[in-house]
Amino acid sequence: MSRKSLFQPGPRTRARNRAEARFRAYGLVATSVAVLFLALLLVIIARNGAPAFTQTYITLEVALPADRLDKSGTRDPAELAKVSTFKYAPLLDGALVAALERAGADNPFAKPKKLRALLSKGAAAQLRQQVLDNPDLIGQTITIRLLAASRVDGYLKGRVTRESVARDRKFTPAHLDVADALIAAGLVERRFNPAFITGTDASESRPEAAGIGTAAIGSLAMMLVVLAASLPIGVAASIYLEEFAPQNRITDLIEVNISNLAAVPSIIFGILGLALFIQMGGLPQSAPLVGGLVLTLMTLPTIIISTRAALKAVPPSIREAALGVGASKMQMIFHHVLPLAMPGILTGTIIGLAQALGETAPLLLIGMVGFIATNPPDTLGEMFMAPNSAMPAQIYEWAKRADPAWYERAWGGIILLIGFLLAMNLAAILLRRRFERRW
Amino acid sequence: MNNESQDFKFTAKNVDVYYGDNHAIKDVSVNIRDRMVTAFIGPSGCGKSTFLRCLNRMNDTIPVCRVTGDLRLDGEDIYDPRVDPVELRARVGMVFQKPNPFPKSIYENVAYGPRIHGLAKRGDEMDEIVEKSLRRAALWDEVKDRLHAAGTGLSGGQQQRLCIARAVATGPEVLLMDEPASALDPIATAQIEELIDELGQSIAVVIVTHSMQQAARVSQRTAFFHLGNLVEYGETEQIFTNPRDPRTESYITGRIG
Repeated sequence: MSRKSLFQPGPRTRARNRAEARFRAYGLVATSVAVLFLALLLVIIARNGAPAFTQTYITLEVALPADRLDKSGTRDPAELAKVSTFKYAPLLDGALVAALERAGADNPFAKPKKLRALLSKGAAAQLRQQVLDNPDLIGQTITIRLLAASRVDGYLKGRVTRESVARDRKFTPAHLDVADALIAAGLVERRFNPAFITGTDASESRPEAAGIGTAAIGSLAMMLVVLAASLPIGVAASIYLEEFAPQNRITDLIEVNISNLAAVPSIIFGILGLALFIQMGGLPQSAPLVGGLVLTLMTLPTIIISTRAALKAVPPSIREAALGVGASKMQMIFHHVLPLAMPGILTGTIIGLAQALGETAPLLLIGMVGFIATNPPDTLGEMFMAPNSAMPAQIYEWAKRADPAWYERAWGGIILLIGFLLAMNLAAILLRRRFERRW
Repeated sequence: MNNESQDFKFTAKNVDVYYGDNHAIKDVSVNIRDRMVTAFIGPSGCGKSTFLRCLNRMNDTIPVCRVTGDLRLDGEDIYDPRVDPVELRARVGMVFQKPNPFPKSIYENVAYGPRIHGLAKRGDEMDEIVEKSLRRAALWDEVKDRLHAAGTGLSGGQQQRLCIARAVATGPEVLLMDEPASALDPIATAQIEELIDELGQSIAVVIVTHSMQQAARVSQRTAFFHLGNLVEYGETEQIFTNPRDPRTESYITGRIG
């Protein structure tokens, strides 16, 4: 055998090194593709959804004549409440006309009523509410910041152009001219709109007033139900299966079925929930309690599987040590095994919760998808029992509506949903670090 | 020297142990004396650890394991259905081959056993028990300033002494030790052997060991196991200098095992 130098690898070694370098390159390319898609996803979502967080407002000086709003002159709240928004709307028309005059711009409309399209349909109600809250304002001229109409908002955001408005029925290019005049006069501004995050959903004609707040409360209520129900049941079931169940056919059957349940399409849980909780159990339709129970059924297999893995990972030496000192099986489990398995259990639970947060299909059949969430719950009982929607369902609802303004809001809802999911995953990581022990 | 006592702590008659179909312990009869150190020796897989684990019913945790025969502690059959293994294990302590302190503080490690058996009521009573146990394990001086540090932060020898302290904290009458020094360096081993000697003056100690020299150093009685059979049992000196069975002699002289 001729002696080779260590500095010159043979052909087999070179071929193997080349193959390994190729494999590493494949891995790098695959990872880059995945990261690229993720970055693309985040950028697109951010770009499309960010406008949803700002909204356009028009600031007007509105005269509040007492003869129209308070005929009796007593400022009696009951009397004032009888004056409907119909009476307040002309006041806004007058304010718009006055604003145009002050700005030195032409009013292209003969009837002042036509100007109303520039403001949100809820603007009159907004003005009325302000007067009812503070009756002393009657007789004065107040400055009020009103929600602009969705078309005006779209105009400022670039969604609405003179070409697109040509096909619009109620909104004309003349309206846009008026809008330009108001913008030039400094009365129009686009600012951060907290009502998008906290507010309720609105009817189809008022996308500018819609918010995801009520649906978020529905989601929160469901998450609380899932946490309260699935964690104890899941952990207890896992402990039984791992520590107490005898090794026989029945136990095997149970384990196989739990694994299968984890793969069942989620809409089937919706049908089950409809039959079990609403029809047989008599619980109210569209209630977050029912939604939470359905999602519990869906999340249980995930929690059971991850808890069992966490329990299995606790070394047998700890169990033996506990038993050797004279601990009973229950003491061994609760004093030693469970605390050490906690990080794994918590992580599995939070991941299960995050999955449940994003589920829409099971909620379809119990009535939470398609429910217009316009009333925030007043009491704790209402939070769980009154009909409501959920965040992903709300987003789907918005995406379905015809007006492009709704589409922008759907993107904004997606940003919020992703924000919640990130927060939950972060909580999972932090909790895991906090409870992690080394043995 | 230890007092030669005539009381038998454990009496075993015709004990068989099966792991499923595998007949691991074959018809073993032996008497463990009180206030004495008994060593179990034999080649790997001969069943000495299995038999040791029968004495505190640790084999109960293995579903396929079956124990038959008569095994008595102070005359009472420990496999009687009326016996609660938990109470048995408070009276018969165990130290394992690899040190396995709980991932808690040193104090908590020692206090856990007495706490769950209700041996101490107030905080100072527990402090006393912890100190006494740590002194018996010759660990007190090294850890008295850091009782609330993690038990897993000690060195190997210290961890094993912590496990011994934990085992004696419940005041057991018998201490079972399964190769307690095999994972330790010679100095730590010497410390453990000293402890065994001391403990053997007051309670019955049964130690399984791979090292014949260790058995010769610490024990007064030795039992030689081979392929599941108890081949010979007698005074340590006699076993090592004048074994009766040829298999014992082969093992001692290094021809087998």
